[in-house]
Amino acid sequence: MSTVPDARGRFGAYGGRYVPETLVEPLVELEAAYDEARRDPEFRKDLQQRLRDFVGRPTPLTFAERLSQRLGLRVYLKREDLCHTGAHKINNALGQALLVKRMGKTRVVAETGAGQHGVATATVCALLGLECVVYMGALDMARQAPNVQRMRLLGAEVRGVDSGTKTLKDAINEAMRDWVTNVRTTHYLLGSALGAHPYPMMVRDFHAVIGEEARMQVLGQAGALPDLLVACVGGGSNAIGLFSAFLDDAVAMYGVEAGGRSDEPGDHAARFLGGEQSIGVLHGTRTYLLQDEAGNVLPTHSVSAGLDYPAVGPEHAMLHDQGRVTYDSVSDDEALAAFHVLSEIEGIVPALESSHAIAWMIREAGRFAGQLAILNLSGRGDKDLGIVEGR
Amino acid sequence: MTRIGSRFEALGGEGRKAFVGFVTAGDVSLERTADVALAMEAGGCDVLELGVPFSDPLADGPVIQRASERALRRGTTLAGVLECVRRIRRTSGLPLVLFSYLNPLLRYGLERLAKEAHDSGVDGVLVTDLPPEEAGEWLEVARKSALDTVFLASPTSPDARLAQVAAASRGFVYAVSRTGVTGEQGVISDDARPLLRRLKALTKEPVALGFGLSTPEQVAAAAEVSDAVVVGSALVRFLEEQPQGDVAERVRWLKSRM
Repeated sequence: MSTVPDARGRFGAYGGRYVPETLVEPLVELEAAYDEARRDPEFRKDLQQRLRDFVGRPTPLTFAERLSQRLGLRVYLKREDLCHTGAHKINNALGQALLVKRMGKTRVVAETGAGQHGVATATVCALLGLECVVYMGALDMARQAPNVQRMRLLGAEVRGVDSGTKTLKDAINEAMRDWVTNVRTTHYLLGSALGAHPYPMMVRDFHAVIGEEARMQVLGQAGALPDLLVACVGGGSNAIGLFSAFLDDAVAMYGVEAGGRSDEPGDHAARFLGGEQSIGVLHGTRTYLLQDEAGNVLPTHSVSAGLDYPAVGPEHAMLHDQGRVTYDSVSDDEALAAFHVLSEIEGIVPALESSHAIAWMIREAGRFAGQLAILNLSGRGDKDLGIVEGR
Repeated sequence: MTRIGSRFEALGGEGRKAFVGFVTAGDVSLERTADVALAMEAGGCDVLELGVPFSDPLADGPVIQRASERALRRGTTLAGVLECVRRIRRTSGLPLVLFSYLNPLLRYGLERLAKEAHDSGVDGVLVTDLPPEEAGEWLEVARKSALDTVFLASPTSPDARLAQVAAASRGFVYAVSRTGVTGEQGVISDDARPLLRRLKALTKEPVALGFGLSTPEQVAAAAEVSDAVVVGSALVRFLEEQPQGDVAERVRWLKSRM
């Protein structure tokens, strides 16, 4: 069991619960409901069964033979792309939706960037008979159109968000506005390890299955713990899910952010570039945040909608300061090149988000010659074909 | 006691209720905001809330969101808002409350902000996304600078939370009439009355009722159950439609049934 966050939702200096008063009590109730559920064997059994029978867990750990040959190290891919709906997001969506049923709420709102969390949420709401509204930035709706179609097929209402940067950040603003208005009947099914307490903890816990499986699998298949883990970091849910099972082991960890077009403000989503003065509060949590000198949130850019977000989950902020995880970034172009490499030499089309982790591994391979790596392949790339073809 | 406390005391002595107006600072321009403040005072506004524009105003509805965007496009910063307060203070004793999200204050530095706000003539500060349990450091520096700290109370807050909110509040407590974001509504929510009753049982501080009030009838009805009535979006929308409009007259109209 993880020892963070503390009772106030703090991961060291980060996290907390910075929300308007109307949302505080609902968050306290959510925390209590989650705490009760996770200690209830019936809840755990129900979740595990559905993860197996509906989601398709455990997902395989695949030895990437030709990539390993090319890079000169042993690379294993944790295949979250093989989850039902095509990404890790459903682990958390399913867990929270079962919690919603338990709390007796009937309506779910969610935000989505790339659309993977929206699709996962629409899916579990269809499965469990919950009303579902998904907020999505207008820009993201255009660049991830297939996922908009999927959500609608699944019975969800997709509401486009035209304010601000028309991306994930603004979708979260709108989802929170809906939630604060309808809070008595509605659960906010937040899709990453960010936001106010208990979300960063709860989302991490629902994704911890990624790391737990990977740890057993690598011991079985490679006969050893890995030397390093690599995962992309937007809010950071797939990364924290993989990392959390290895934090007490002598395993190096690398989180890869979206380097976008350049290091200029507005051109990337590399939150750790700015150092200490970028620590701030957005969407309920204290963390590293891309902001200008007046404390307004900066626009971000990434070719991958799922990483295109100005704040990072608070546990990552803590792990960064502790030096336990190293955060780095790769550019749009590097991610796109990696997308093609994995497709062509491994027969796996990765999501552009996950392509950031692959790109980093390709670029940095020389430092890790002969070592054993697990790379989290957080999602599949079908949704990105339009973007890749357009480049 | 700040100008806020004095004003509530004076009004209370006469058995009257306070009218609290909100505008987004820097909407149109900071010069115009200073003029609007004085006009509102002339129209009978008792306390002015000055909204500090922020890029992600997630507690606000579309009207105040648009005003924030306009103000930010004109380059409005917290430092500029304080300058605007100093300009208002040259000729006015109108009680002033800054209404802000936390991040612009953090970036400015809480201690520096508290001191400079007080020196500029600000009487109190309300931080929308800062509930009392996260406000330890803020309360400390605000008290040191003799700033009132206004906190929100909500229909979703159980009594134990209301007690916490009331204990942290100075100047007044801001009761949110309903769950939701800022914005005009047709009717006053059924949530308002029970919330005010619970709050009044817990605190001696004046209680202001806000969120959704936009007509003289609503203002009058709200004044019957609270110590003060807050009108925000309706004034911001008036300025959106008539940037140079007669705000004093608008305040008089809103107060006409009080």
